[in-house]
Amino acid sequence: MLIFEDSKPGRRAALQAPQAQADTLDIPSEFLRASKPCLPEVSELQVVRHFTRLAQKNFSIDTHFYPLGSCTMKYNPRGVHRLASLPAFLERHPLAPDVHSQGYLSCAYGLQEILKEITGMPAVALSPMAGAQGEFAGVAMIRAYHNSRGDKQRNEILVPDAAHGTNPASAVMCGYKVREIPTASDGDVDIEALKQIVGPQTAGIMLTNPSTLGVFDRRIEEISQLIHQAGGLLYYDGANLNAILGKVRPGDMGFDVIHLNLHKTFATPHGGGGPGCGPVAAGPRLAEYLPTPRVGKDGDSFYWLTEQDCPHSIGRMSAFMGNAGIILRAYIYCRLLGREGLHRVAEYATLNANYLMKCLAEVGFELAFPERRATHEFIVTLKKAAKTLKVNAMEVAKRLLDYGFHAPTTYFPLLIPECLLIEPTETESKEELDRFIAAMSSILEEMQHEPELVRQAPHTMPVHRLDDVKAAKELDLVWQAE
Amino acid sequence: MPYIPHTDADVKMMLDTIGVNDIEDLFDEIPRSLRCQPMDKIPQGISEMQAAQLLGKCAQQDVRSLCFIGAGAYEHHIPAAVWDITSRGEFMTAYTPYQAEASQGTLQVVYEYQTMMASLMGMDVSNASLYDGASAMAEAVLMAIRANRRSKSHVVLVAGSLHPNYRKVAHTIVANQGIELVEIPFDGTGGHINVASLQQYSGQDIAALVIPQPNFFGVLEDVDILTDWAHAQNALVIGVVNPIAMSLLKEPGQWGTDGADIVCGEGQPLGVPLASGGPYFGFMCCKQKFVRQLPGRIVGRTVDSEGKLGFTLTLQAREQHIRRSKATSNICTNQGLAVTAATIHMSLLGAEGIKQVALASHANCKLLSQHLAELTGVDVIFNRHYFHEIAVRLPKPVASTLAKLAQQGIQAGYDLSADYPELGQALLICTTETKSAEAIKTFCQALADSII
Amino acid sequence: MSENVPSELRYAETHEWVREEENGICVIGITDHAQHLLGDLVYVELPEAENNIRSGDEAGVVESVKAASDVYSPLSGEVIAVNEALADTPELVNQDPYGDGWLFKIKFINHAELEELLDSESYNEKVAAEEA
Repeated sequence: MLIFEDSKPGRRAALQAPQAQADTLDIPSEFLRASKPCLPEVSELQVVRHFTRLAQKNFSIDTHFYPLGSCTMKYNPRGVHRLASLPAFLERHPLAPDVHSQGYLSCAYGLQEILKEITGMPAVALSPMAGAQGEFAGVAMIRAYHNSRGDKQRNEILVPDAAHGTNPASAVMCGYKVREIPTASDGDVDIEALKQIVGPQTAGIMLTNPSTLGVFDRRIEEISQLIHQAGGLLYYDGANLNAILGKVRPGDMGFDVIHLNLHKTFATPHGGGGPGCGPVAAGPRLAEYLPTPRVGKDGDSFYWLTEQDCPHSIGRMSAFMGNAGIILRAYIYCRLLGREGLHRVAEYATLNANYLMKCLAEVGFELAFPERRATHEFIVTLKKAAKTLKVNAMEVAKRLLDYGFHAPTTYFPLLIPECLLIEPTETESKEELDRFIAAMSSILEEMQHEPELVRQAPHTMPVHRLDDVKAAKELDLVWQAE
Repeated sequence: MPYIPHTDADVKMMLDTIGVNDIEDLFDEIPRSLRCQPMDKIPQGISEMQAAQLLGKCAQQDVRSLCFIGAGAYEHHIPAAVWDITSRGEFMTAYTPYQAEASQGTLQVVYEYQTMMASLMGMDVSNASLYDGASAMAEAVLMAIRANRRSKSHVVLVAGSLHPNYRKVAHTIVANQGIELVEIPFDGTGGHINVASLQQYSGQDIAALVIPQPNFFGVLEDVDILTDWAHAQNALVIGVVNPIAMSLLKEPGQWGTDGADIVCGEGQPLGVPLASGGPYFGFMCCKQKFVRQLPGRIVGRTVDSEGKLGFTLTLQAREQHIRRSKATSNICTNQGLAVTAATIHMSLLGAEGIKQVALASHANCKLLSQHLAELTGVDVIFNRHYFHEIAVRLPKPVASTLAKLAQQGIQAGYDLSADYPELGQALLICTTETKSAEAIKTFCQALADSII
Repeated sequence: MSENVPSELRYAETHEWVREEENGICVIGITDHAQHLLGDLVYVELPEAENNIRSGDEAGVVESVKAASDVYSPLSGEVIAVNEALADTPELVNQDPYGDGWLFKIKFINHAELEELLDSESYNEKVAAEEA
């Protein structure tokens, strides 16, 4: 049932809008709209009930274990949400004068300082609104750096084949060509191949470490030397920072610029697809190119650093201050956990992942990298099962939904066939992990004895398997009245 | 431990299973030389109560005042139900709906949102959101370059009357791809783009023209004439509009003979609090024929294996996770939760309610301009029709006037002098339906006192 | 493999096939193997007729739900026709990749390019190598 199907002409939630303005409108008709837009005409109760029922059709962290690899679906503390929603924060206009804004500015400044410490970088900009925008900012800064030195023949960004799709897409948006680097069989970057590819045309490399393969690249120092010797710079994709918080810092690994995902590592809610927030931290070579605005401090007062203060900045990425409310949430989260709590994040995320990996291997799942430690996540491959039992990773993922677990990430990274990328996070209990292991074990039995049950899954969701081909071929993107 | 459920016994059992002695052993693949020191500069953890006290103090420093600033972010009443429902854990703590069967709630919300937004804009289709109005406009420029097959050029004309920060953001995002944004100066009397100022580009190869409605000064543009001019040059038309205004003003799909091709803007006025600038959401709609060039996620309605209607992400082959370096955009995470709020907001208000918000906001601005007309030395700068926001010139420096009024708890508007020095001591003032006649009077009196 | 690789056609490394017709005209499509890998096609983007393209240029895109793949022109020349039917029925490429599922026709300018393409045997070997 769509909200439009509850609609009846003349029905209104009348208290929600101001009283009608009967006096004459001074805007001539040539500027005015002739027809009414198609919005529902419904009562407040109808709206509340409709959207509450829709909410109940979702899996979420609040309702289900959500071991989605590379997404860090950890608990989003309620206290953080409550405090970020204090009326004074919600009512503050983004262009309000600094004298009226010291509270917000002090929190944003506080987060900048905390992120400097966590990343090992001397400067931070908070304004990029998601990981991909942070990536764009980082690569644009690399470009600005080379341009400022007149080093304009550098036209390539190197990206491992296991990288998030946003990496190559961001590099192209910055006007670069993308060269893929292969992965060695142990999961680390193929150094020999890298040596062949790197050269005077290399502007930089985009790396996630730990990588999306769930392993820490042990030769990172060598990679860093190789790239720097060739005159290129290193960009760190912070998607997997949860694995190393307080253990090792991107700045110390030799990276020149990093983005962080506040909606992953710093527990801000994913909101069904966003908002996120992708702050960027920069080393000494790139600090002056950080995007605006940033927050500065003069004595006891805080103020916005704008284009005038940062003449070499790559510029603005948002109309105002990016996802300011997410910045506030991450700050509160960091203050609640403090240095010791942040340190524990990586430890328990890694403990949970290695425990889960070991147990799944014991019940019979094949690991992509059995000889490696898991970081905060790891990969199970169903390559053999797909061949022998004719059950694929997508079907196992769908069957998990029937057991009350959100599916892990499937078919990413692309180079591991039939993969499940599993990230439990630190906030899940051993009991929850044991229930997941039991479910996976039970699905393995089904694959052998009742494969059709798995192939046709899910059976208990609001809908069965959806026809994606029809959705893409016969586009139905907006509802139309019969 | 904060948000970590493990007991000592759990940890021991788990380590035994893994076959190591200590959690620290799990980090043995990280070279020792790289391991970092304790993060001493980060404060120690605090309890929820202490955090409430700390943040409570910060919030008190953010002075809650009578706000007449607009300039791209607008204070409207948000019905209680909007964020009550939006903040439910099932919406707030879900991920992107890649597993459609476990995400029908979010997916249906987006489908309903796409329907409402496309209709409000008079366009065929809508995406599921971009980050904010400014970045959406930058994406619209990139999209127009891809979509305009009749143009080989990388030149896009941008109205100088468009929000200055939107122009800056667009520059940041598109400049590295060799795209040239050419600024068209606005008319000094009307504050709008006079079609005469476009004549020098007639006959040239232009990929697109960006038209704001209302523009940054609140002034209404001649959207029909501008649209027809652009189409006559084989340029696409990108409308950048205020969604509340579109309940009252002519929707972009009806501009000129053929309508705008791409429409984008800031979705914040539809139920999203001011909140220091975000999270807001950028919306984007277009004509059906350009749907494959639309960046960002799109939800489609289809059927399941039993023939039952359901919803799923569609046209994903345009996106970065599949198309990688050839994707329409690098965007992945969008502003889903703000879109959920906007969908509930639009459902509660309906077409009639949103139009009343627009009318009331504008009527207040008319009242404001009448009061201002009585003040000696204060002039409304532009003589054109406007919507809920006006630029005025003051007899005293704007900066000191704003500072004086701020001391009285009034945020009097946006200082235009940095972005538009040619306008002199110019202030941009906005009223929404939230400003009572009394508040407007108070404001005008305070302004009068400050410029004596 | 059960896939069909007709012996009378020539093949590109990038999984396009070429059939030489009369008067220097060639028909181009994607192979049975390629359509298998992609799965159900939902959209096909074709070059514009009367455009000149060079061998190795991107000439179009074939798109399924989970993948999208560029089509490269195996030959240089002028595009003289495109398969309009694919706009509404992209599934023709799945159903009949060497017949009704053709993509475009080209009037080629360099016969040597045609000679350099793989024959069915070499293409079969290439596919087998990729599988391994």
